Amino acid sequence: MELTRRKLLALGSSTFALAGLASLPAFASLTDHAVAALTGGADLGEGAITLTAPEIAENGNTVPIAFDAPGAAEVTLFADGNPVPNVATFKFGPLSASRSASTRIRLATTQNVVAIAKMEDGSFQIAKANVKVTIGGCGG
Amino acid sequence: MISRRDFLQVGMAASAIVGASGFGNWARLAAQQSLTQDQLLEFETFGNVSLIHVTDIHAQLKPIYFREPSENIGVGSNKGAVPHVTGAKFRSLYGIEDGSPSHYALSSGDFASLAKGYGRVGGLDRVATVIKSIRADRPDAILLDGGDTWHGSYTCYKTAGQDMVNVMNALNPDAMTFHWEFTLGSERVNEIVENLPFAALGQNIFDVEWDEPTELFPPYKMFERGGTKVAVIGQAFPYMPIANPGWMFPEYAFGIRDENMQAMVDEVRAEGAECVVVLSHNGFDVDKKMATIVDGIDVILSGHTHDALPEPVLSGKTIIVPSGSNGKFVSRVDLDIRNGQLLGYRHKLIPVFSDVIEPDAEVAALIDEQRAPYLEDMSEVIGKTDSLLYRRGNFNGTWDDLICDALISERDAEIALSPGVRWGPSLIPGQDITREDIFNVTSMTYGKAYRSEMTGEFLKVVLEDVADNIFNPDPYYQQGGDMVRTGGLGYRIDVNQSQGNRISNMTLLKSGEAIDPARSYMIAGWASVNEGTEGPQIWDVVESHIRKLGTVTTQENNSVEVVGA
Repeated sequence: MELTRRKLLALGSSTFALAGLASLPAFASLTDHAVAALTGGADLGEGAITLTAPEIAENGNTVPIAFDAPGAAEVTLFADGNPVPNVATFKFGPLSASRSASTRIRLATTQNVVAIAKMEDGSFQIAKANVKVTIGGCGG
Repeated sequence: MISRRDFLQVGMAASAIVGASGFGNWARLAAQQSLTQDQLLEFETFGNVSLIHVTDIHAQLKPIYFREPSENIGVGSNKGAVPHVTGAKFRSLYGIEDGSPSHYALSSGDFASLAKGYGRVGGLDRVATVIKSIRADRPDAILLDGGDTWHGSYTCYKTAGQDMVNVMNALNPDAMTFHWEFTLGSERVNEIVENLPFAALGQNIFDVEWDEPTELFPPYKMFERGGTKVAVIGQAFPYMPIANPGWMFPEYAFGIRDENMQAMVDEVRAEGAECVVVLSHNGFDVDKKMATIVDGIDVILSGHTHDALPEPVLSGKTIIVPSGSNGKFVSRVDLDIRNGQLLGYRHKLIPVFSDVIEPDAEVAALIDEQRAPYLEDMSEVIGKTDSLLYRRGNFNGTWDDLICDALISERDAEIALSPGVRWGPSLIPGQDITREDIFNVTSMTYGKAYRSEMTGEFLKVVLEDVADNIFNPDPYYQQGGDMVRTGGLGYRIDVNQSQGNRISNMTLLKSGEAIDPARSYMIAGWASVNEGTEGPQIWDVVESHIRKLGTVTTQENNSVEVVGA
């Protein structure tokens, strides 16, 4: 039988432990293209964005993600394992007191959430967080 | 903060216990031991504040046998580091003599023989005696319960945790954190917590809708003791909705949340805490990592992974104190806190030998009162065991082999799956198996035994997923617990590979044939985290199987080949 994601989730209702599929195609290259399009290939600095995400998602359908990027004019979020990696772009005007936001996103599988900030000086910053999507495990 | 020098000056807990020698003759030597309560409780009071830590009691009100694991593999940077050292290597690391009380209490090897000599461990009436003795030295000692308290026995199941609440309240704790408690369902948990006479802490217990802290579970509590201020921050089990059924407590979210932990540490320091203690249900390796990320924690009292170590482990500037499970140990940590900082400490992991430590009469009576309505039913003898029945270990234990056999024969399945939980006392050869003993290793609020078809391919996905929750090299992606136990299925596992690449050579043991990814297999299992699971309760399945066997004799299980340990 061919195991689709839908079947996998359906089967899950009868088992105590099961997984995100490891064999889903990688969408990372889509994200690379999207990031390149956004930055025009500019160098990406690190350290200016604080990206907060759970290590393991409690529910892959609604994963809380937050960022704080002082000095950012806009921040774009990508989920590099989703079929469509672009999640959202947040724009901040010069009078924005805080350049931060939080939202919830759907993650298809274990993947990186990537935040790209375009800073007010035109430079770019990146932050990544790996979020595991699993339904397995047995507590101690 | 603690210097390396302070750390090394700490005496080993085991030093207060009389050792024995002479390999291979444990039982006789053990019988000659003259271990006394005074020796077990001996402690030179130190500094100005005492912490008392109990954790992962799993509702064991009465003394039990509990065999420590012989297999506890560490991965990544924790390979070969404690607590991932077992048996003879563990004893050699800590200078524990073979056959000594510390050997029996802390490590595996010759367990059945030593158990006959040293007897049972734990019992909350004995734990009460230990706590009272510490309070006699230090009346304002802070008693902290690391959670997994309201789960794991016949009476706890029947009373939805009330037996444990009643007995623990009599011990008068100062604070508690949580894990299995939530499997009582959020309504019941809320009801108990609203009436608890002590703090229910969890900086990582959040409201799921708004991702905000809850009012019922404050992050910390400040204690003014010994002329100083000590903050205790709670850390509940981070992966509750994943490792346990999230539908039973849908209003709550958890996670490690170390950024919020840092914020809480900073907040309590600003409020004048001179010492910061984290009461944690993270599991040992997660605590060790968290201590290197969050600044300003002095002590982590560590639970969840059931490790018992005779001395604290230093991680960054934080000491981590793991205190075992099932009521087998009580940790005492005396702290010298002066001039805004922790200057030193003294620690002892006190093993609760139940034949040596006098039961506290009041608590003993309270325990019997909880048990009385159920005593007749749970004392019924179902069978007998000729073999040691135990659970702890990364891959299989004889209790799980027996449970898997029961699932295969009672549920007419080809393959059985049993959760790799770490709770569940042991039985030694010659013991009767009572209904209570079966509940001790199976009791839970989602114990229905399912039966369903899975393809070989899907079965591999299940094994890979669980393996990654245990052997991911980053502790923050580990959930604690052990590998799912399999019956009727053999496999090879390379623990150092990545997810999807650890499991190979899956074999249907009955026929010796390789598992066919495309074929469907009939699987029986229990402890599904999914709502609406149907089937008989696992304890009824196991009871029926044992009744038919009469006497249980377990075989050596070599069905899992482990590589890279």
